[in-house]
Formats: sequence, C-alpha cells, structure tokens
Amino acid sequence: MLNSTRDPALGQKIISKLPSLAEKAYRRLGRPPVLMEVCGTHTMAIAKSGMRSLMSGYLELRSGPGCPVCVTDQEDIDKMISLAGQQDVIIATFGDMLRVPGTGSSLEIERARGARVEIFYSPSDAVVFAAGHPEKEIVFLGVGFETTIPAVALSLDMVIAQNLRNFSILSSHKLVPPVMEALLDDQELKIDGFILPGHVCAITGRKAFDFISAKHHIPAVITGFEPVDLLESIYLLLQQIAGGDAQTINGYTRLVREEGNKKAREIMKKYFETTDGRWRGFGLVLQSGLALKKQYSFYDAANRFPLQVPASRPLKGCACGDILKGKLTSPQCPLFAKECTPLKPVGPCMVSSEGACAAYYQYEWSAK
Amino acid sequence: MSNIKENELILLAHGDGGLLTHQLLEKYFLPCFSNELLDELSDASVFSLQAGRIAVSTDSFVVDPIFFPGGDIGKLAVCGTVNDIAVSGATPLYLTASFILEEGFPLSDLARIVVSMSDTAGKAGVKIIAGDTKVVGRGQADKIFITTTGIGFLPPQVNLGYRRLKPGDKVLVNGCLGNHGLSILLQRETLGLDSEVESDCAPLNLIIEKLLKRYKHIKIIRDLTRGGLATNAKEIALAAGVDIWLDEEALPVDDSVRGATELLGLDPLYLANEGKFLVAVSADEAEDLLDYMKMDSLGEKTSLIGEIRAGSGNVYLKTALGGTRKINMLAGAPLPRIC
Repeated sequence: MLNSTRDPALGQKIISKLPSLAEKAYRRLGRPPVLMEVCGTHTMAIAKSGMRSLMSGYLELRSGPGCPVCVTDQEDIDKMISLAGQQDVIIATFGDMLRVPGTGSSLEIERARGARVEIFYSPSDAVVFAAGHPEKEIVFLGVGFETTIPAVALSLDMVIAQNLRNFSILSSHKLVPPVMEALLDDQELKIDGFILPGHVCAITGRKAFDFISAKHHIPAVITGFEPVDLLESIYLLLQQIAGGDAQTINGYTRLVREEGNKKAREIMKKYFETTDGRWRGFGLVLQSGLALKKQYSFYDAANRFPLQVPASRPLKGCACGDILKGKLTSPQCPLFAKECTPLKPVGPCMVSSEGACAAYYQYEWSAK
Repeated sequence: MSNIKENELILLAHGDGGLLTHQLLEKYFLPCFSNELLDELSDASVFSLQAGRIAVSTDSFVVDPIFFPGGDIGKLAVCGTVNDIAVSGATPLYLTASFILEEGFPLSDLARIVVSMSDTAGKAGVKIIAGDTKVVGRGQADKIFITTTGIGFLPPQVNLGYRRLKPGDKVLVNGCLGNHGLSILLQRETLGLDSEVESDCAPLNLIIEKLLKRYKHIKIIRDLTRGGLATNAKEIALAAGVDIWLDEEALPVDDSVRGATELLGLDPLYLANEGKFLVAVSADEAEDLLDYMKMDSLGEKTSLIGEIRAGSGNVYLKTALGGTRKINMLAGAPLPRIC
C-alpha cells in the first residue's frame, strides 16, 4: 500500500499533544509559533503527509534555503545553460535542473534545440558514461549540499584512477551552516525553531549547527525523513519554545553523530576548497560555496570552458528569494499559480521537485 | 520465421513498395497477423457490423526502450488501443497497425515485436485487419514507431459517462499503481538502479466486459495511463464537477515500486500504468464488485480507494496520518517516453 507514514498511530499520538504545547508557545510569543525546515526532502514529506492541514491555526511551517536547485544563483544557471550549447559537450545532471528557468532558456529548451543533456541519479554513473563516450566532453553540473558533494568528490577519484580526460565538473556546490548564519543575521527573520536536515547533519555533525541555539537562542532539532520523525522534532521544538529554552538537539541519532562523517568531509576537502558562494535570495554568503582546488583545475568546467554570461537581472515579481528566507509563503508570492506554474515556472522554487512552491502547488493548492 | 538472420536490417528499400516490401509483408507480418479479412490483401478490409453504437480510438507508440520488463512496444501498441476502446464500455473487434521503421532497424527485433503484437491481440480476442509500413532514413525516427487504431461496438445496455457520477459512489482500482512508468524509467542507462519492476501492460477488455455484464451501476471506467491515478482522477473530477476523496492507506503500491520511487523522489500516483483502470460504481454494488474483481487474474489486488463527493473538481487524499492533501495534474517531469 502507498503509505507516507510508517507508523500512523504513533504520528497521531504526537499530533494530539501539539495544540496544548503550541498554545503555551503562543502565550510566550504573542503569535502562533513559526518553524522552518531547511531541506527539500522535509518540504516534500510535510506536503505529502498532509501534516500542514492538521496544524493549521496553531502552528506555521515554512521552507528555508533547503532545496539546492532553488538556491542556485541565476548567473550560475545561465552558465550551465550556455555550456549546453557548446560543441561536443554533453551535460550530465540530476533531473531537477532540467526545467529550471535561466534568463532566456532552460536545459530542457536547449535539449529541444539539439543540445545533449543526460540525467543521472549518481555522479559515478556519469563517470561510467564518460568512459563510454571518449569523443565527447561530459560536464557534470555540481549542484547540491554536503549530502551530494562527497559523491561528486568520489566520482573524481574514479575519473583520476581511470585517467579520463573528458569529464569535468561545474561546481555550484553549497554548504548549509554558512547560509544558516546569514539567515539568522537577518533582523527581519521571525522563525522560532529550525527543523535541521538529517542527511546534511550526518556529514557535518550536530556540533556544526550548535551556533543556532548558542549564539542566536533559537531551538533547532536535527530530523529524519519519516513524518513521525518530523512530528517528534516539532514536538521537541514547541516544548523548547514554550519553556523559553534553546538547544540544538540531535533528533536523528540513528544516522547523525556529534562529529559527523569525517571520511566524507575528507574526500570533499581533497578536491574542493571553500569560497564565497552566491545564493538566490541571499546574495554573496562568505565561505558558503565550494570550488575545485587549483591542482584539480583540469576537472573544473569553469576553467576548461571559459564562460561569459551577461550579469543576470532579478526576475520581475519573482519572490523566490523571500520564500527561501521564510519571509513569504508560496501563495503569498504575487506570481504563484498565475504567471508561475510548474509548466511555466518563473523561479526555480516552482520547478524543482523539492521546491517549496512546487510542493505547495502539487499537494496543497487547488484551482478555484 | 525461424530463418531470420541475426544481422538482417531494415533498408530504405523495404519501404519502397517493391520486392523487399512484399518480402517484409510475406515473411513477417502476414504469418503472424493472419485472419480472413487481412488475408484478402485488398486496399481496404471490408466487414459488416451490427447496427448500433461504434467506438473508435487511435494511438501512437514511441516508447523508449522498445523492450522492457513485462512487455515491448508491440504489446503496448495493442493493449493501449484495446484498453481505450474497452474503458469506453465497448467490445473491441478490430485493430489496424501502422509501422514507421528507422533504416538499420534489426529485422530480428521487428520479428519479436510482431509476434508479441499477435500474441497480445490473440489474448484480447481482437484481429489486426489492416496495416502499413514506412521506412525513414537513419536518424529520422527512433527505431520503430507504431500507430494502432481500434474499432469496437457498444452493447446496448452499456451506459458510461461522467454525468452519471453521484456523491456517494465508490472508486476502485484493479491493482498496484505505477509499475509501467517505473519499469521504463529504470531501464534508462544513466539511472544506475538495478530493479526488476515489471510493466503491468495487459489487455483489459475481457475483465471490463465481464464487469459491465454483471454490474448495472458502474458509472465510469478509466484507464490510468499517462499522468497516473492522480492526473486521471483530477480530470474526472473536473469533467464531472464532483470531488474525489482517496484514501492513502487503501492505494495499492508494490513494495518494490514504493522503495524505488522514494529513492528517486517520484510519486507512484503520477506514474503511468498500462494495465490498470479506475472504476466508479454506486455504493450498493461496490463491495460485491470488489470481491468479484479480486477473483480475476487482472484484479487480484483490487482495492476500494475512495469515493465521490459533491464538489467542484478537487481531488483530495486522506493521508495515513489523518491529514488531507490535494492532488493536482502532473505538470511535466524529467521522465523518458513511456508509451
């Protein structure tokens, strides 16, 4: 059977305890508490389980900068699209990037014009593909957080071991803790608790997110991906908000360690170094991006294919930036479901399968 | 057809109407599709039908890959059109089949496909009574495209239509969702997932015919092809001006499909099926229909998945958690061609 929740009875039991806790939090805050998840998979799990409908009125759940495609800067997207048009280049990408709108085109449109774009589930499959197509240049679009970067780094191990000369990476990789810092420095932010991404934390470790509670006095809980995991986190967050407490709790101990996954971080460090990264909605965030190290510049597509794209202008009316910061919810965007739909997306939040607007449109919104 | 050589290929000359075209017909198509109407080899097949309502449907098939677990493009081309006729309530009788072949296409593959079409048509009890073959240059088509057109008659007592849907009607589906769409997706060389999910591709006319004979209050039947259950349910709700409420815990999904879709971030409700249909029936016949469908080999996992309520075109899913989520149509996904 299709079942978005493995243990519905436990889930319902937790839900029954939430209203009274939320009430206490309300009294302390003077408004309903607002929680933010920072992970596209959480966005989808919340939407698919129908959780929001059960909490409306006493608790608000918002999405933060947790969908890697959504936070990719417009100029980076334009670069990816311009690469797709080059002679003998095959773009290798995760499926999510295909329909993301650039300034004037998308990979999907370029594919229709004759560019070759292949979708991969894992970077190592793209390496196998490169080995089978020596006459072509395979450019892997490196989009993702701590969760995917180690796999991309491992693919470079394979490339070097096989002495492949036709594989390169266009790195637009990003790190989550720095953008959380940027988010928390925003004085307008009104988030009372964070649901932290379990898979990212499995790499970084719990400690990497301690600053949320230690420095900013906002509670945070590292969370798994089952609806029951999410509900437990919401319970722990409300408990802290109601009690005026703030800790960064590991609620996903079956996967996340205090220090994280050292091996995964080592392989990342072997090939990549931190750099200032450009995020949609946030602009430049210090030390939040990853670029290939100089000694591996041969595998850096930005180096191998010098790309000049015009500076991108913000998309008119698109509120993706404010949505990624949790300042607006999807239906509050003036373009939502009008000019911007999954078929004609204006911003990436509407097209990535993990985007806040796509999830809202697909699972919660209904045409009047 | 045992004398086909492995390395024989389709040439442009196979489509020029000359000797090779005739050989193709004589060696490949006629021995498999043979029936009294086709064997006349006239420009048009001529037959009589009893007076009454006639159903016609046409569909083109361009699936890639052309062979996949549980079927191939030929089986799909027969099932797709047979099922379109069947869900309208009609009994399919005849099919036509048009082939567009790419220069260089292996004749051994063509033979497999033609045999598969013939087997499937035999199982469905329909005859292929006219056909055409064209060959295009290499790169101008991808291997093989097939168009089938079907014709059937509607028994006088059959009366299906959206307008008959009423609040309280129950909704059933004849088995697990998403297998075809996923099996095609997993065949992609680049996805790197090993899974033996089989397409559910099957002709549905015989089971549907049985149901319509026995149950007078079946309101509509719909095959759940492209867009899956979700998109089709939404289309029904909009066309009929009712709401459909589905129960997540009742939706049948194979464990293997569920596992792979979770991994890939796909929703089985939006994946195509080629052997699944939704049926809406009045509440008083629903339980009996459920038991009856379960006795058919194409309905063993039939489930009562929801009901029709008064409304204005919304589809809601009651989740296991007790929440509600809305279901909208599929809006473009990075999927390969699936039919």
